[in-house]
Amino acid sequence: MSSKQNFSDALSGWLMAAPLVIVLALFLVLPIAMIVVVSFWGATEFSIYPAFKLDNYEFLLRSSVTYSVYLKTFMFTIISWALCLVIGFTVAYFLAFHVRTQTWQIVLFLLCTVPFWTSNIIRMISWVPFLGRNGIANQTLMSMGVIEQPLEWLLFSDFAVVLAFVHLYTLFMVVPIFNTMMRIDKSLLEAARDAGATGFQTLTNVILPLTKPGIMIGSIFVVTLVMGDFITVRFMSGSQSANVGRLISNDVALLRYPSAAATSVVLLITVLITIGIMLRFVNIRKEL
Amino acid sequence: MSEQRGRSFYVLAGFFILFILFLYGPTITIAILSFQGPRGGLTFPMNGVSLHWFYNLFEQQAVGDIWGSFRRSLALGLMVMVTTIIVSVMGGLAFRKRFIGSGVLFYLVITSLIIPSILISLGVGLIFNQLDLDVHWTTSGFGSQLTWTLPFGLLIMFAVFNRFDKTYEEAARDLGATSWQTIRHVVLPIIAPSLIGVALFGFTLSYDEFARTLLTAGSYNTLPLEIFGMTTNVTSPVLYALGTLTTVFSLIIIAIFILSAWWLNRSRVRAGNDAGDGLV
Repeated sequence: MSSKQNFSDALSGWLMAAPLVIVLALFLVLPIAMIVVVSFWGATEFSIYPAFKLDNYEFLLRSSVTYSVYLKTFMFTIISWALCLVIGFTVAYFLAFHVRTQTWQIVLFLLCTVPFWTSNIIRMISWVPFLGRNGIANQTLMSMGVIEQPLEWLLFSDFAVVLAFVHLYTLFMVVPIFNTMMRIDKSLLEAARDAGATGFQTLTNVILPLTKPGIMIGSIFVVTLVMGDFITVRFMSGSQSANVGRLISNDVALLRYPSAAATSVVLLITVLITIGIMLRFVNIRKEL
Repeated sequence: MSEQRGRSFYVLAGFFILFILFLYGPTITIAILSFQGPRGGLTFPMNGVSLHWFYNLFEQQAVGDIWGSFRRSLALGLMVMVTTIIVSVMGGLAFRKRFIGSGVLFYLVITSLIIPSILISLGVGLIFNQLDLDVHWTTSGFGSQLTWTLPFGLLIMFAVFNRFDKTYEEAARDLGATSWQTIRHVVLPIIAPSLIGVALFGFTLSYDEFARTLLTAGSYNTLPLEIFGMTTNVTSPVLYALGTLTTVFSLIIIAIFILSAWWLNRSRVRAGNDAGDGLV
């Protein structure tokens, strides 16, 4: 019975997974394969042609631009990640341990997540009246007498890029951290208190270690979103700063697809390695 | 737990309020600025108050096609939503069984979530290009967006089925239900409220998606593409008016989804379980 049972189980499993498999095969696996193939192709000014050459990679790996752009990408990633983590953790901690009724927890949690379901582009645009030369920030600082000239680096700068990343992606940190915090057995906190731990000691010795999986999941989101981004950097830096994503989109705009493909392959490998390292610390399937 | 609120509570509450201001402040600012007078600019001060820029949206557009792109985004959002629900539920059910390749499939789902969006855009664009097919929002755009919405749908389904009490199904089977009847009359009604969550993700993520549709939408823009195009050549508050309008639209959609999930839950609790209230 058992082998027949297993077989029908496997068959119905496959049948129900089929639509998912088809979508991912057509729009994830094939495109990646296509990018890998095209990364070896050649390009003329107007078209691309099949070939097998390593020129695209050679150019990419020899160019000093590549390294400075990667450096910039990692810089954006690390700074945004650290800020998202600190802010996200604090917000989640407040919601999970200081808000006492469940209704309020749900209401405030939803308040934090609603912007996630609205447009990123518009959320970026909405920083313009804040940070612009005559924006609210400059007007306020000048009327307070802190500065005499408007600050030029508020908008269209690396500062604006990081600010937008934190604005857009802190939610991805709040949600998983809050989720794991809510599963911490409250009696552990009482035990810590009974054993004489201060609030801060409880935080660092009990809550923080137990929240690690949530922190890792949030970090994976933030890191991949920032590393793969191109539009936030383009808009918020006023095209003055570049990350790897912009390198790709610039190549695409110039129809240099093979070169864009080679850059994409290197970016994908970088992201996968980074995530691979992070996944060593957490088992995602267990944490859902 | 009824002791006095400590100082840390007030510090954290203050931090939380600042965070909420940080989240919503800019959006509220452009909402206010979209009521600029006809001569008003992109920043404060307000130069009078008017609906000028909203009227502007409904007039013949000098550039682009806002309402056409809105209709396309709406249609695409609904297509993606329905597909995401169906494929996620089936996928979620499939992953409860052990089948060869489920591990690989799981990692593909995760890859789909973490892959830089521009790679999907580029790869799908290249395939259509080489096959001499025209990229179009209903084909290439639709498929590309699914690679972003499906992982979220599936993660929700995993979370749901991890907490699912299998005894309900066993009870149904013991009463002679076929596996389809069990799914249709037992499993689906139980997971229905979470399907609203999947639907919310499916629709809103599609409606707002930019990068994955950039190279796959073809000659007819979706709304985010249209708005981004406007940022380079429109320098009047009409951009804010459009931003405000589509954000309000998103908020209404979100409210509908959340309220219906809440209502579904409540009516279930009320109608729900009479176990233990028996005669004995």
